[in-house]
Amino acid sequence: MTAIAIPLAEPGPLTQARWAVSDTLTITRRNLLVWIRVPAYIAFTVIQPVIFVLMFRYVFGGAINVPGVPGGYVNFLIPGIIAQTAAFATFGTAIALAAELQKGVIDRLRSMPMARSAVLAGRLTADTIRMTVTILIVLGVGYAVGFRFQNGFWPAVGMIVLAIVFGVAICCIAAFTGLAIGDEESVQAFGLIWLFPLVFLSSAFVPIDTMPGWLQAFANNQPVTYVVDTMRALALGGPVWDNFWKSALWLIGIFVVFAPLAVRAYKRAS
Amino acid sequence: MSQTNSGPAILVEGLVKSFGEVRALRGIDLSVPRGTVLGVLGPNGAGKTTMVRILTTLLLPDGGQAWVEGRDVVREAAAVRRCIGLSGQSAAIQEELTGKENLEIVGRLYHLGKQRARTRATELLVQFGLADAADRTAKTYSGGMQRRLDLAASLVGEPRVLFLDEPTTGLDPRSRMGMWDMIRSLAAGGTTLLLTTQYLDEADELADEIVVIDQGLVIAAGTAEELKSRVGGDVLEFTVPDRTRIADAVTAVAKVGEAEPHMDAETGVVSVGVGGRGSEALIEAVRVLDGAAVETRGLALRRPSLDDVFMALTGHAAEDTGEQGKRRGRRRGRGKDRAQDSGWAGDEERADEKDTARAAS
Repeated sequence: MTAIAIPLAEPGPLTQARWAVSDTLTITRRNLLVWIRVPAYIAFTVIQPVIFVLMFRYVFGGAINVPGVPGGYVNFLIPGIIAQTAAFATFGTAIALAAELQKGVIDRLRSMPMARSAVLAGRLTADTIRMTVTILIVLGVGYAVGFRFQNGFWPAVGMIVLAIVFGVAICCIAAFTGLAIGDEESVQAFGLIWLFPLVFLSSAFVPIDTMPGWLQAFANNQPVTYVVDTMRALALGGPVWDNFWKSALWLIGIFVVFAPLAVRAYKRAS
Repeated sequence: MSQTNSGPAILVEGLVKSFGEVRALRGIDLSVPRGTVLGVLGPNGAGKTTMVRILTTLLLPDGGQAWVEGRDVVREAAAVRRCIGLSGQSAAIQEELTGKENLEIVGRLYHLGKQRARTRATELLVQFGLADAADRTAKTYSGGMQRRLDLAASLVGEPRVLFLDEPTTGLDPRSRMGMWDMIRSLAAGGTTLLLTTQYLDEADELADEIVVIDQGLVIAAGTAEELKSRVGGDVLEFTVPDRTRIADAVTAVAKVGEAEPHMDAETGVVSVGVGGRGSEALIEAVRVLDGAAVETRGLALRRPSLDDVFMALTGHAAEDTGEQGKRRGRRRGRGKDRAQDSGWAGDEERADEKDTARAAS
């Protein structure tokens, strides 16, 4: 056996920090490589949101009235679809982590002298990149079907950034869910089923005042609506701050609760 | 406690671990000298995997202590991780990536550097007969190839101590033999190996020393020969092709044996312990069976197998305990058991179970 022997001595803090970064990048690259290798993942993350755009734009859109929105329904729709895309992209996070746990990949990684934070950090980084790509594609398709930003460049950038931050927050919940359930099929079947009511019973696709009163009570006071309304205001103009603060509080709350839960689930995983 | 330069590669003292009600480990002690192979033998749910998970720093024990290469697995976990390799019950590889990519990524995570990771991956692919498949995604590999890739991945960091948790579970007989060859050559290269298995012939074949674990306790330890001698003497075994004559055959050889003959009505296999009377008993058996006009096949004297040992030690066959159900209820067990129960793991395992049951009945 050649002697590359891994030194037994504890490396210094600087080396450890460098490793934490390089290990995270290695895991990120690996996850992105897996993503582009599997046609089903591409279909799920790219084609599905595009179908949503086209369906709402041309099938349901004609029946939905959005008085007072400059440019009509397509301008109302795209910020909502982008938020939905960001939220649903996190399915991939939960499913991948559950599969890795189930197959013993996480065990293998945890038994290696790599930075322990890298598996989660790399997963989050890769999924953020994936999400950003998807959001930009949806935006491109949106432009092709008539969407136009109405409020200038920087608010538009702000909208995209908010969508990503929102997606990353949901990602933390998804990571926790995937690791806590630890079974690919179960995660696929019901792990993130709660996302559907949260996304569809919001202002993402239709104005809330068309819903029955009891539903409005829910839809008006849940985080997806706050985030979508903020995004819409950034994209199209109108008052931003009220919804922004509510969104920010929700997102911070989600990070504070679910990031540590995900880390704990990872440490205990198995 | 420091035995970095001398002393055993693995030392375990009074290891205890429970999962809720289930007491997976109830005080395990063992010691593995450097450069040797320890076979940890036990049925499903005996606690083998739990022990491996503690020794590889994946799980914290409730009590007791363990050292790998002189490092405490709890307090010096990071140091332990630098000198071990782990290959588990299922192939922990990324199927969407090629064999080469899988190994290169592991190399990068061992901080080998880009170039070194690449050459190390190539070395291992050649060593494990995967060079031709290096650039194919692991999804296209056979079960045996995936397990070889998994084993290769556990060796990227050139571990001094290698843990193999049921390395051949679910493999077809040919892949299993291939795996055994790989393991033998690793042992010959000086790596300390801890190998868990529920296949008795596997421990016999590969291990220098064997500990038998049942329900979280070491119930026997020694070399395969020592364990076999516990059963006491040789076993006379033959098959009766005409199933209707089995009873006659049993009656005939009952006089020859030192214990009650065992018979399997389904396969027609009759076995009887003959103590130290070996060939004398064999001649006598031929005579009485001939006298009773019973046709037999494959009449032979054999050394007791570890199946016989397990039966003698525990009173039940190796693969047959009530523990499996309890284990399945646990969070971790779930995925693995399922992986074993379904798909490629299925047939061979079932066949083996039958074998064991037969040998032990």
